[in-house]
Amino acid sequence: MNTILSKQRLSAEVFRMEIEAKEIAEARKPGQFIILQMGGDFGERIPLTIADADPVKGSITLIFQAVGETTHRLALFEVGDTIENLLGPLGKPTDIKKYGKVVCVGGGIGVAPLFPIVQGMKRAGNEVKVIMGARNKDLLIMEEDMKATADEVIVVTDDGSYGRKALVTEPLKELCEQYKPDCVVIIGPPIMMKFAALTTKPYGIHTIVSLNTIMIDGTGMCGGCRVTIGGKTKFVCVDGPEFDGHQVDWDNMLLRLGTYKSKEQEAHHRCHIGMHIKEGEA
Amino acid sequence: AQIPLQEMPTQAPEIRVANMQEVAIGYTESQVRIEAMRCLQCKNKPCIAGCPVAIDIPAFIDKAAQGKFAESVEIIKQSSLLPSICGRVCPQESQCQLYCTVGKMHKDIDQSVSIGRIERFVADYAREHELEKVPQVGEPTGRRVAVVGTGPASISAAADLRRGGHEVVMFEALHKAGGVLVYGIPEFRLPKKIVEHELNNLVAMGVEIRRNYLVGKTRKISDLMEKDGFDAVFVGSGAGLPKFMNIEGENYIGVFSANEYLTRSNLMKAYAVGEALTPLFDSHKVAVFGGGNVAMDAARTAKRLGAEEVTIVYRRTEVEMPARKEEVAHAKEEGVQFLYLHAPLRITANEKGRVNGVELITCELGEPDASGRRSPIEIAGSEKMYDYDTVIVAIGNDSNPLIKATTDGIEVNRRGNFIVNEETCETTLKGVYAGGDIVLGAATVILAMGQGRKAAKAMNDYLQTL
Ligand SMILES: Cc1cc2nc3c(=O)[nH]c(=O)nc-3n(C[C@H](O)[C@H](O)[C@H](O)COP(=O)(O)OP(=O)(O)OC[C@H]3O[C@@H](n4cnc5c(N)ncnc54)[C@H](O)[C@@H]3O)c2cc1C
Ligand SMILES: Cc1cc2nc3c(=O)[nH]c(=O)nc-3n(C[C@H](O)[C@H](O)[C@H](O)COP(=O)(O)OP(=O)(O)OC[C@H]3O[C@@H](n4cnc5c(N)ncnc54)[C@H](O)[C@@H]3O)c2cc1C
Ligand code: SF4
Ligand code: SF4
Ligand code: FES
Repeated sequence: MNTILSKQRLSAEVFRMEIEAKEIAEARKPGQFIILQMGGDFGERIPLTIADADPVKGSITLIFQAVGETTHRLALFEVGDTIENLLGPLGKPTDIKKYGKVVCVGGGIGVAPLFPIVQGMKRAGNEVKVIMGARNKDLLIMEEDMKATADEVIVVTDDGSYGRKALVTEPLKELCEQYKPDCVVIIGPPIMMKFAALTTKPYGIHTIVSLNTIMIDGTGMCGGCRVTIGGKTKFVCVDGPEFDGHQVDWDNMLLRLGTYKSKEQEAHHRCHIGMHIKEGEA
Repeated sequence: AQIPLQEMPTQAPEIRVANMQEVAIGYTESQVRIEAMRCLQCKNKPCIAGCPVAIDIPAFIDKAAQGKFAESVEIIKQSSLLPSICGRVCPQESQCQLYCTVGKMHKDIDQSVSIGRIERFVADYAREHELEKVPQVGEPTGRRVAVVGTGPASISAAADLRRGGHEVVMFEALHKAGGVLVYGIPEFRLPKKIVEHELNNLVAMGVEIRRNYLVGKTRKISDLMEKDGFDAVFVGSGAGLPKFMNIEGENYIGVFSANEYLTRSNLMKAYAVGEALTPLFDSHKVAVFGGGNVAMDAARTAKRLGAEEVTIVYRRTEVEMPARKEEVAHAKEEGVQFLYLHAPLRITANEKGRVNGVELITCELGEPDASGRRSPIEIAGSEKMYDYDTVIVAIGNDSNPLIKATTDGIEVNRRGNFIVNEETCETTLKGVYAGGDIVLGAATVILAMGQGRKAAKAMNDYLQTL
């Protein structure tokens, strides 16, 4: 169970893994995620989106960025290794239906979980345009997959090393004005989702975001993943992960994500020493 | 002359607040026999009426007094499957020991025969000396039963169903089995090796335990029954969903549900700083809202994790507090403070969103409410700010809606608890039974266990008719 079937490095710090998980592959829908845990008693539970699944083969695909200790450890796993604990599919699936014109916005690693939604939206008969952004050319992932699926793909980088030199909000604003989408889906770093959601707000466009809070159980038991949506407390793992981007209390969410920052930085530093990775490389 | 009550030996408070090991060390062999001799072997056995599973208390105590510990535990096991757990966590003072004649004679319930402590001793003795009999498994029936969850309700249901000869598969959402016994109740009150031992017994009986499997998401109950060939299902999914108070500031950094706080420490082993990857929040002044066992566990865990000051904030007074008496006493010894007749109004934070205070209002006790306890009434104008950097909310749980939401035909009451037939624990969906917190709301280990057994009995009957 949970054997790694294939592994690729998509960029300096992003990896794609196909993992055997028959039941999850059969049950999952776009927008859902898994929680994995490894390393015996002391390992952490972390959520990762199911980027793709093959129900016939009985496998799921995860695409993750090595940002901290657990994701770094996962990156060291090779084909044939097994992941001790894998739970899913969790969360509500994306509300995929025919909206008409859809714009999907992905930032950094967010492009990976966005991909199945782009596929789903296309299959549901929508016209889909994609805006994908990264800090620089090396961090850009899945451009080919997106180009093969969406009607148009706009690539931006922060430093202009590839595509247009801009933040995703710039082309998004233009599309809001000229293309007038019926629905916008945004997945990326929280700060980017915040500003992208603010961009669509004046146009009153239905905006879906996928929140990546800190989680433990992922089943609605602990309340650690809670966010404020339209003034009410919601649990991302069971009520989400997708919410109306205009209702999210972004500032509170951003603060809560930093709850353990100093401790994670310590652990991150430790794991770099162990993995012989130079600071800044991953 | 009267035999004095045998006090439970414990780790000294100043030592135990710096470790996670069990507080109560347990009676010695001579102590347990002396305590057992305090029992008068009453003809009418009033204590039995106080035990939710009607253990033959005088009989097992008599054997304990004679030093026949293995026989003693066999008597208990006819009614209860988990004596080393219930002996530790039952609220004895409101169950068996409440009715004890010895306590009545002294007009002091604390003087009752220490039924729970004797139960704990004989069960531990049998386990440690490997005197337990592995329960007999019935002839294979060819029937398959799915058990959802691995808490006390599910453990006892699984054992009895296996005894009935059915194939039993348990499904647990988390990466570790045991339910609240593992992720909620801390090590210092219930060593995890005891829970593991009970689960190993199930495995030895041939029960399969599948972890990382969320019924309703990984697969629905209807799939288990229609596609995977399960003839019946027992649901012991527990309480779940922590309640919050809907007051201002509840989502600031440093506000936790007791579930999260305890899960980090117990399940994820975050107390092992440097080893565990799951981080802990650095707390110095902690307020715990609530007055039940969960609040005590959270407060005492906070102390052990290094908080200098921990205060239980409770709306009523000590008399109304639902926590086990022993836990309250232990908490006090460990330096946990109690602020009675206070209710929280809002939580404040600094510019970084980190908790820096709580506004509390003073209450007085009014008329008894639906629960029979006098209800707290806020005194207008008595609001006051207090300094805290951490808030733990322990005011109970709502029932987990996942199974209801993914299973057609299961009906729940207003509070989301499954509606079951009282005699059989069958839900409104044929072949699906339920017990424990998902039916009772937040209850107790012994009640959950009792329902698991009741359901298993009815399921064994039902499976024969198929
Ligand atoms: C529903 C959901 C789906 C997700 N899907 C993906 C995915 O498909 N691919 C992917 O690479 N990541 C995804 N994430 C984020 C992923 O869970 C975190 O990157 C991971 O938990 C980090 O663990 P770590 O131990 O390696 O790092 P840590 O040491 O725990 O953290 C390192 C850094 O990451 C930040 N961080 C910690 N937890 C999270 C979190 N849950 N979300 C965002 N940042 C966090 C910390 O603040 C810190 O800066 C998802 C998160 C959620 C909630
Ligand atoms: C901190 C704390 C302290 C307590 N102290 C005491 C005490 O001192 N004395 C006492 O008698 N009682 C105490 N209780 C209450 C007692 O623990 C519960 O009443 C009892 O555990 C309920 O048992 P259960 O079998 O119904 O469910 P639980 O023990 O809650 O177990 C349910 C299990 O089912 C799993 N599950 C849920 N949904 C699914 C699903 N869909 N698929 C698969 N698995 C699922 C959960 O992960 C969990 O492991 C305490 C509770 C807490 C939280
Ligand atoms: S199971 Fe609980 S109530 Fe029953 S005798 Fe034992 S301690 Fe008392
Ligand atoms: S009531 Fe007390 S003294 Fe009487 S039989 Fe029960 S435990 Fe013994
Ligand atoms: S992760 Fe625990 S409730 Fe969502």
